[in-house]
Amino acid sequence: MLKFIVKRLLWMIPSLFAVSFLAFVLIQLPPGDFVTTYIATLASSNEVIDQNTAAQLRERFGLDQPMLVQYLKWVWGILSRGDFGMSFEWQQPVSGLIWERMALTLVLALASLIATWAIALPIGVYSAVKKYSIGDYAFTAFTFFGLSIPSFLLALVLMYVAAVEFGADVGGLFSQEYETASWSIAKMLDLLSHLWLPVAILAVSSTASLIRVMRANMLDELPKPYVTTARAKGLSEFRLLVKYPLRIALNPFISTIAWLLPNLISGSVVVAIVLNLPTAAPLLLQSLMAQDMYLAGAFVLLICALTLIGSLISDILLALVDPRIRLE
Amino acid sequence: MTDIVSIVPRQTVKPLLEVKNLVTEFPLRTGIFKAVNDISFAIEPGKTLCVVGESGSGKSVTARSILQIVDQPGRIASGSIILNRQDGTSLDLAKLDPRSKAIRAVRGRDISMIFQEPMSSLSPVHTVGDQITEVLRLHLSMSKAEARKEAAELLRQVEIPNPEQALDRYAFQYSGGMRQRAMIAMALACKPQLLIADEPTTALDVTTQAEILDLIKRLQQTTGMAVLFITHDMGVVAQIADDVLVMHHGVVKEYGPVDQIFHSPQDPYTKMLIGSVLKLEQKAEIRLARPPLDTSAEPILDIRNLSMHFGEMKALNDVSISLLPGETLGIVGESGSGKTTMGRSIMRLYDPTAGEMHYRRANGQVVDLAKLEGAELKAARRELRMVFQDPFGSLNPRMTVAQVIGEPLLVNGIMKGKALDDKVCHLMEQVGLDPAGRERYPHAFSGGQRQRIGIARAITLNPRIIVADEATSALDVSVRFQVLDLLMRLQDELKLAYIFISHDIGVIRYMCDRVGVMYRGRLVEVGEAEKVCNNPDHAYTQALISAIPRPDPRDRDRSRRFRYVEPANTDTSNVKNGSSAR
Repeated sequence: MLKFIVKRLLWMIPSLFAVSFLAFVLIQLPPGDFVTTYIATLASSNEVIDQNTAAQLRERFGLDQPMLVQYLKWVWGILSRGDFGMSFEWQQPVSGLIWERMALTLVLALASLIATWAIALPIGVYSAVKKYSIGDYAFTAFTFFGLSIPSFLLALVLMYVAAVEFGADVGGLFSQEYETASWSIAKMLDLLSHLWLPVAILAVSSTASLIRVMRANMLDELPKPYVTTARAKGLSEFRLLVKYPLRIALNPFISTIAWLLPNLISGSVVVAIVLNLPTAAPLLLQSLMAQDMYLAGAFVLLICALTLIGSLISDILLALVDPRIRLE
Repeated sequence: MTDIVSIVPRQTVKPLLEVKNLVTEFPLRTGIFKAVNDISFAIEPGKTLCVVGESGSGKSVTARSILQIVDQPGRIASGSIILNRQDGTSLDLAKLDPRSKAIRAVRGRDISMIFQEPMSSLSPVHTVGDQITEVLRLHLSMSKAEARKEAAELLRQVEIPNPEQALDRYAFQYSGGMRQRAMIAMALACKPQLLIADEPTTALDVTTQAEILDLIKRLQQTTGMAVLFITHDMGVVAQIADDVLVMHHGVVKEYGPVDQIFHSPQDPYTKMLIGSVLKLEQKAEIRLARPPLDTSAEPILDIRNLSMHFGEMKALNDVSISLLPGETLGIVGESGSGKTTMGRSIMRLYDPTAGEMHYRRANGQVVDLAKLEGAELKAARRELRMVFQDPFGSLNPRMTVAQVIGEPLLVNGIMKGKALDDKVCHLMEQVGLDPAGRERYPHAFSGGQRQRIGIARAITLNPRIIVADEATSALDVSVRFQVLDLLMRLQDELKLAYIFISHDIGVIRYMCDRVGVMYRGRLVEVGEAEKVCNNPDHAYTQALISAIPRPDPRDRDRSRRFRYVEPANTDTSNVKNGSSAR
């Protein structure tokens, strides 16, 4: 087991290099660079920058050097000083920018994850056990709605209803007075009062799909002979369900951890923008549009690292939970 | 119906379980299907009742009805199941709600059950100990430590070595026989008065089966429990039953003491069942009527020192055997003996690790199948075809029967259009199928018919050798003969040579000319089928033959049975060359 973990960790090193290089190249592929975008932005407000200033800017940002040199410099900075570079657009260190947003991203992601699982798993089990009952059909109808309504549309409608009908303050995660305030009990409460809407929106579609997955997993397990064996032992239906088929039906969910982690950053971009949430996803999108390479590169690198770590964690957990994987 | 019930002779002891006019039905879209239709029987304490029948006879549903664990949407429609407990109380199980406390108190405690597939009947993610202690804690309210101690004792009772360690292991770490022992231990945990065993030995090798049957018998003698044993194997019935209930399509065909069923069966269906088992005790009539083989002919296939290794595992270890034109060569062995690997190596589905397979083509040219590549291999493969075990899995459900049968001709570019259609019709007639059904899909056919489709596909390209891997194992006995007889008829018509792989000595004896016995990747004995099946030389073959349950209740001598223990030096017992051993 230990050997396996060490091997996997070592493999992560070349993968990270490969991905970071690819990311760097991809970000640079579109014609122009940050300075071009910058000039275009200024031009739209009628400010004109001459060629010389542009060249100076390029030199300052190091954009005049060949791409490989830029990449090596960037990687060297990360390896030697833990320095992910400066964001051109924000004129701040990249790491600071990302960390600032990570805490709230994490809160939002975890809250919607817990909501999703808490709602979806019991409903999925119920739907499977009471297959083709009225309850099952009702939940099935709900899941089809949940899956087919785009989440940004749901966000817009809910925002409208909340703001117009109930006069709630929607958009963002804080009221204006707390936006820049330091953390306090009042700010926490304010956060909670704003959190429910994005959590509800984010949870709807994932709950819907999770219910279907859970129902299918359970339906696979329920007719298995070991369930009949347990029933023939005289176990009550509830105990039997929880101990045997549910336990095994949950195993596939452990694999989903692999993509939960990267989703922290890149998931739900559209909803975050519509709701004006201060999470990582809008920042990532902005950096890509502005060709803010170091910021975008750091994001891509982080997503990649999280994917690798996520799949390692899920593999380890799966081995711990399922003796067939551990021992065979 | 009533006259069948009146056959029951002894009513001196109050029966443990009385089933009267039981009807279990499954509501379907098209109406109600009565899987069990008005059956009655009784089991006395300490006795064994065998329920026999072919697939779809309702025997499993009967067993499950007793514990009210019929799969959804099945339900007991009418009838009674009276359980007479030792303390004098009686309970009608048929009247209880399947989810009620009352029936749960009976399950696992008064009546427990073991199933066919010991692997899938045990949870893959819980230790065996966990699953045994669960019953003890549930019904006997034992503490964790007490339950564990008792569970170890139970495992010892079913002869599992190192019971303490075995408790903490998982079902997949056990062998097939060990798993079934663990299941039995679990079923016996609360000392039930009745054990229901639903085909408990069907998935096991004959030698393991014999041990499990002995174990159940022994436990029955010490605990005095009654056994309801469900099986399709008349040999097993003859060996263990006190009474027999023959079922067919949900109704009782015959019910009576075992001796009567075997020696003076009244019902035509019972007679047919017994007859088909006895038929396997000798060579087929078609075979006896055939002129003897020309043993001086050059072999069509000569396998020399063939080995196939999968990593460390030597699935085939230095096997040499030959096949004459028109001959049926049986390959017999238990699971894991390498017989399937042998069939697949001959087809070059595997690339053998070492050895030669000299195949004599129709024009007399000899090629080594082990080395052929490309177009030559393709050409040779047309002359070697295969028939598979599983008639359900081996036909593509999305192709019509005509497509399945015609595919070899089409992909080899031999025929198409009208000519192909005519050929398919002809082939279907040859295997005894109505060509009118050629546009239908495989699911519309029964198991036996599907196996005929598989055979038609195999003979499409006029092959010279057919490798049949357990071709009749998945079929009911009554259908098995029809398929075996068909294979023999085709052999004579088309001058085929067969390599017939099977674990069933009866089938081998019925149709093979010569037999090779495999054990752990080695060919331990080769000889005339008659000799190997009735008077084998090798100790392993003798053990294998001794473990086969004889289909005669008057012949229950278990002392003849013994388990083969491999001698330390195996090389001495290895037959080097099959052709020289003739």
